[in-house]
This record gives sequence, C-alpha cells and structure tokens, in this order.
Amino acid sequence: MGAGNHATATTGLPAHPEKATFEGKNKVLGFWLFLGAETVLFACLFGTYLALKNSHLGGPTTQDLFEIPLVAAATIILLTSSLTSVLAVLEMKRNHLGRMQFWFGVTVLLGLAFLGLEIYEFVHYVHEGHTFTSSAFGSAFYALVGTHGSHVLFGTVWITTLMVQAAKRGLNLDMAPKFYVASLYWHFVDVVWVFIFTVVYLMGKVG
Amino acid sequence: MGTIVSILVLVLFLTAILTGGYNKKFLQRVQGSNMWDWLTTVDHKKIGIMYLGAGGFFFLIGGLEALLIRVQLFYPNNDFIVGDTFNQLLTMHGTTMIFFVAMPLLIGFMNVAVPLQIGARDVAFPFLNALSFWLFLGGGIMLNLGWLFGGAADAGWTSYVPIASNQFSPGPGVDYYVLGLQISGIGTLIGGINFLVTIINMRAPGMTFLRLPLFTWTTFVTSALILFAFPPLTVGLLLIMFDRIFGSHFFDAAMGGNSLIWQHLFWIFGHPEVYIVILPAFGIISEVISTFSKKRLFGYNSMVFATILIGFLGFMVWAHHMFTVGMGPVANAIFAVATMSIAVPTGIKIFNWLFTMWGGRLQFTTAMKFAVGFIPTFVMGGVTGVMLASPPADYQYHDSYFVVAHFHYVLIGGTVFGVLAGVYYWWPRMFGHKLNERLGNVHFWLFFIGFHLTFLIQHWLGLYGMPRRVFTYQAADGLTWINQVSTVGAVMMGVATLVFLYNVVYSRKSATAASAERDPWDGRTLEWAIPCPTPEYNFAQLPKVRGLDAWWMEKMAGNKELEPAEPLQPIHMPSSSYRPILMSLGFFVSGLGFIFRTIEVGVLGLVMVFLLMFTRSFEQDHGYHIEVDQIKEAEKGA
Repeated sequence: MGAGNHATATTGLPAHPEKATFEGKNKVLGFWLFLGAETVLFACLFGTYLALKNSHLGGPTTQDLFEIPLVAAATIILLTSSLTSVLAVLEMKRNHLGRMQFWFGVTVLLGLAFLGLEIYEFVHYVHEGHTFTSSAFGSAFYALVGTHGSHVLFGTVWITTLMVQAAKRGLNLDMAPKFYVASLYWHFVDVVWVFIFTVVYLMGKVG
Repeated sequence: MGTIVSILVLVLFLTAILTGGYNKKFLQRVQGSNMWDWLTTVDHKKIGIMYLGAGGFFFLIGGLEALLIRVQLFYPNNDFIVGDTFNQLLTMHGTTMIFFVAMPLLIGFMNVAVPLQIGARDVAFPFLNALSFWLFLGGGIMLNLGWLFGGAADAGWTSYVPIASNQFSPGPGVDYYVLGLQISGIGTLIGGINFLVTIINMRAPGMTFLRLPLFTWTTFVTSALILFAFPPLTVGLLLIMFDRIFGSHFFDAAMGGNSLIWQHLFWIFGHPEVYIVILPAFGIISEVISTFSKKRLFGYNSMVFATILIGFLGFMVWAHHMFTVGMGPVANAIFAVATMSIAVPTGIKIFNWLFTMWGGRLQFTTAMKFAVGFIPTFVMGGVTGVMLASPPADYQYHDSYFVVAHFHYVLIGGTVFGVLAGVYYWWPRMFGHKLNERLGNVHFWLFFIGFHLTFLIQHWLGLYGMPRRVFTYQAADGLTWINQVSTVGAVMMGVATLVFLYNVVYSRKSATAASAERDPWDGRTLEWAIPCPTPEYNFAQLPKVRGLDAWWMEKMAGNKELEPAEPLQPIHMPSSSYRPILMSLGFFVSGLGFIFRTIEVGVLGLVMVFLLMFTRSFEQDHGYHIEVDQIKEAEKGA
C-alpha cells in the first residue's frame, strides 16, 4: 500500500505515476467527484445570474459594460494556460522535473495575467457605477465572475506551492498525484470560464 | 475593542501552536492522554462513535425544543413561550433535527459499519473523515450559540427570504443559521466524497458491487446525493450571507432581486436532503430485517435498483414544495407526476421487507421491533406524501399541521426508527456489549405509542385548519383536545428517550468481559466476522468475499473464520492529526467574525484554515506500520 511512496526520482516513475499508488488512485477519483460538486455550484451561480442579469435598475446594462476585445484576450490567456498545464503534466510523466516546472511556471504566470486583466476590468466597471451593491444584476455578476476569479487565484497559489515542494523533493509517486489533480482543477476552472465567456459576455452583448 | 481582543486571542493561540506550547513535558502529557487520542483520531470507528455521540446530544436539545413547543400549545391562548421566542424554538428544532441529528447519526453508522462491511481497513481519506466530523460539530455548536448570544435563528428551518433578510430578521439569529450550516455543509460534502471513493476503491477482493450489503449500497447512493445536493445549499447560503452582511441584492425585490431564487436553491438541495436522511435508514432496516429473519434479503437486486431510482428521482421533484408559489399548471403537473412516481420504487422496498420476513425464523429483538414498527409507520408517511403530491389538494394542505404530521411520519417513523434499530443492532460492535433488551422493549413501546399519539392526530389538526408555525390558537377553534393529546404523546416520547439513556448507563455497568461477543446476532455481513472489540486495523488479513452475505456463507460452509485474500503482513496505518480540529476552529472563528460583522476576524479565521492546509501540503507523513508479531499478539488476545 505505502510501498510505492519510497520510489524516488532516480528510480524513475511508472507509466501513470498519478495512479500508481493506492493513495494516488483515491486522490484522483476523489478529485473528479469534487469537480462534480463544483460543477453544480457554478451551475447554481449561472442560474442566479441568468435570472437577475436584466435587473440593472437603470444602471449600465450588459451591452453598455462589456468590451469583447479585453475579455477575448483574457479568454485566450486562460485557454493557453490550460495547454501549458497539459505540457507540464506530459513532462511530469516523462520524469523531466525541470521542464515540468517551467511549464507549470508559465501556467501560473498566465493565470496571474488573467487575474490582472480581470481586476482591471472590475475597477473599470466600478467607475461606471456597476458594483456588487448597485443592483441585483451587479450582485449576480460579481458573485459568478468573482467566484471564478477566486478559483483562479487559489489555483495559482496551489500550483506554486506544489512547485516549491517539487523543487525541494524532486518528482516521486507522492508528488505526481498532487500535480495531476492540480492540473485537473486548472482545466475545470478554464472550462467554467468558457461558459462565462459565452453566457455572460457574448450573450450579454447580443441579448 | 471586541475586535482587538479576538485578534489578540487568535494571535496568542497561533503563537502557542507554532512555538509548541509552554513546555515539552506538558505537551507529552497531553499527547499521552485519552482525550488527545480522541481529538486527533482518524480512525473511522472512533469518528463514527463521536458522530453518534454528538448527534445524540443534539437530539436531546432538539427534543427539548419540541417538548417546549408542545407545552406552549397545550392550552389555547397560552403565554408560556410566545412570538419571537416561539419562532426561534421551531426554527431551531427543525434545523437541529435535520442537519445535526438525522445526518450525523446516519453518517455515524456509515463510519462505524461501511468500511467493515466492505472488508476495508479504513475509509479512503481518514484525515478528511476527521475534518468532516469536526466541521459538523463546529457548525452545530455555532448554530446553537445563538441561544446564548443575541438570539437564535427564527426564520424557519427553510429560512425563506425576505423573512430571513436584515429587514425582517435584524438580529444575528439568521447569521448563526447561515454560517453554522455553511461550515457543517462543507464537512458533509467532504464526507460524501469520502464514502463514494471508499466504496468504489476500497472493497475487499471478491466484494463486487452486487455483493455489497444493502446499508453500504444506500450509503453509496446517499453520498452521491450529498455530492450533488449540497452545492446548491452552499450557494444559497452564500447569497443570503452576501445580502445580509455585504449589502448585495439577490433577494431584495426593491433592488431588482428575486426571493424565489432562494426557494429554488433551497429545495434543489432540500428535496434530495430528505432522501439523504431516509435512504441510509432503509439500509439499516434491510440489514436488521434480514438478520433477524435469518433469511437473505428478498429481491436484493430490485432493492439496489429501487435505491438508485429513488436517488435519481429525488432530484426531479423539488418544486413540489412550491406548488402554491404560482409556477402555473404545467410545472405543477410535471412535478406532481414525478413526485408520485417515487412511490413505485419505495413500494418495491416495502414489499421486499415484508417478503424477507415471510417464512423467516423471526426474532423480535429491540432492533427488529423498531424495524418492524418502521414499516407501517413509514407507509403512512408515504401515503400522505402521495396525497400532498397532488397540487389541487396541496393548496388545501399547504402550511397546515397535515404537512407537519406527514414529514414527522417519514422523519421519525422512517429515519429515527431506522437509527434506533441501528443503535441496538450495532451497539455490541461499537461498545462490546449489548443494550439491555428488557429496557429496550420499554423504550420501543413507549416511543412507538407516544409517536403515533403525537402525530396521527395532527393530520386532523391540519385538516381542521390549524396552520403550522403558529404559537397559539383560540378556545373557540375546537382544537384544544387534539393539541392536548398530541402533547401527551410528545411527553411519552420524552420519557422513552430517558429510558433509553438509562439503558445506556445500565447496560454499560452490567457489562462484563464475557459480554464482548464478536457475532452476537448470528449476523450475515463482514462486520460480525472480526474480533470484538474491533482491532484498530479491522482485518488482520483482508478477506476473500465469495458472495452476498459473505460471513453467513462462510458460516454455512462450516468455516469459523473468513478466508484471507492476502498473507499476514505489516499493516499500513494513517497517523493521527491535530489539524482537523484546528481547521474547524479556524472556520469557527471566521464564522463568528462574520456574524458579529467583524470582517477582519472573519478573514483571519479563513487565513488560519488556509495556512493549515498549506503547511499540511508540505508535511511528509506516510503513517506507520503495525508489524506482524503485533498483529498476531492482538488477534490472540481477542
């Protein structure tokens, strides 16, 4: 059960290092289930947003506020970060510590760039009178997009934490599932953003 | 000032942790104590017992609240407890009984029984299991702190907005509700994931899905319900918290909000919740009836299928709680038909229990009495459920005592009877001695008769027009004697509970070393095949499972022990951890901060939680091993 834990970077990793130990198998399955719960959580926030998006009380509407070029740039950045996290996991499976760290580093930087754009966007909206307390639309908008943003923030801190650990200990069967579930989380956050981009921004511009 | 004091206390506390207490010897003494062992344990058996203990404690509080409600309603125009205090009582009674009694008691049994039933050494995530428990306890204490500081929640257990908004509930009561449930809800969600992974990944060799004992199956489906039902509650509570504390307008009609969003979110959670608290009870009943009929469960496959179907349909019916909101005839009709269709799989279960008993060698132990008492009682609750599912009729029953009678028939007649059957059934496995059967008999009859006396008559009370949640009625209404009968019944249930408590003490005192039998009921499932008291590693060697009712099969084949599926080898065990309780404390501090509108403290508590998570990530603790000679010695001693 715990025997696999003693494997080190020098002995190399098996083909699926994230599921090679019993703990790893449990972790990966448990994390998939957790993402199921997260999906429902975001679905509820989407539902609330759709119900309240036209309650702007004469304040700026979705058409007035949203600027697609900025959001599109944020989208491209976040989707690219998903790609780099895939590259990182591939390097992990090839047991290339340095390259894995590089690609996860790029992922974190892209995540931070996305957050920067989002903060810029929110500040801009506040200046236009669209705040968390200005109307039900404002509340629902910031609840949905803000929850996603805080997930991105958590993801960047998490992946950075793991990178520090990997730098200290190298790659082993204990670290592999950690990186694997962190990348699963990162993909999930990206997928949610695809829906936010569509439902909030594109549909907000059209509808 | 208050802020500064709380921050100081927190800082001192953190310093104490980081510097390792005030001297080394003191720490060693603490770590050697029994108390420390329980506070830091990650053993599913101990966590299960703590769940049952805490759930039992909240049961006494919730029961006391119920008795006070019934005392107030004994006379027309009574002024014992009126107005806002009465609102607090009924809110706290409902909230406590659902979230801090029904759920922890059932989750307690899941902890005690499921790993043993599937032939595992623990749950998949022992650390998270401890965290689940401490979060539940923290949430429960937080909810009840309302009684002491500033007033308890008073907006009903459903906490509908706008009643629960700042405007109509200005005190901290609803904040206690929101944050208490949020904290315990996180714990429940973690627990759900834990049991799903445990049942999927940790089954012993040969324990296929269609050989799982039915209690394990219902745990599995319940965990899936928890996984998908709790996030809507999380979101709903978050939105109420934002509205109350951070000035948002989700439910404020004047600012464009919509209070129906809460009703939908609450019931999308709330309806699966009633299946979360009934399915495990179904599982317990199945185990008990099969054991004491000395027969394999009739229609095992159809039982499994019915459980899954009930779990699935449970998500399709939430709007039947909202028929009178005005969703229109189409929506009402769809939800009515979906609701009625749940009666089909439930009926399958009822008949399967009856056919299990049919021709069996029946033994009416106390556990069996509760299980058999469950069947007609639950059927009555189910029948009124189908009556309520019809929208035109529901317009009449809505918010009357008829509804109160209905859900007490399913929640007491279903969940509580199931839990009490489980208590008598698994007590010897948990504590090494049976509960006294003679006192158990008194407990059962007092409780059973008291229950029907309290609630049967409430159906008519509702039909005669008494609305739920009111604190009095007039003499001219002609409802006096019905209310009085109901109160007498409630007192009987209270006395029955005292008999039970006496039984716990009495049985413990009269227990001897010889009363620790490993298989006192001539059981069928794996938890009865291992030594009593259960060793901390559960199975010295993981068993090989050859069919349904695995232990019974071995006994029928003349075997005295389970056939091992592995050689005797060192057993890997997870280490205890003080982190779960500290993380719960962090959430607790944070919750109190938000309740008293001290956002700094709220954030500090969360920082504490994240710091603990962060440092745990760096911790390299792979547990320890129990060596072969230690196992041999333990097995010989048992």
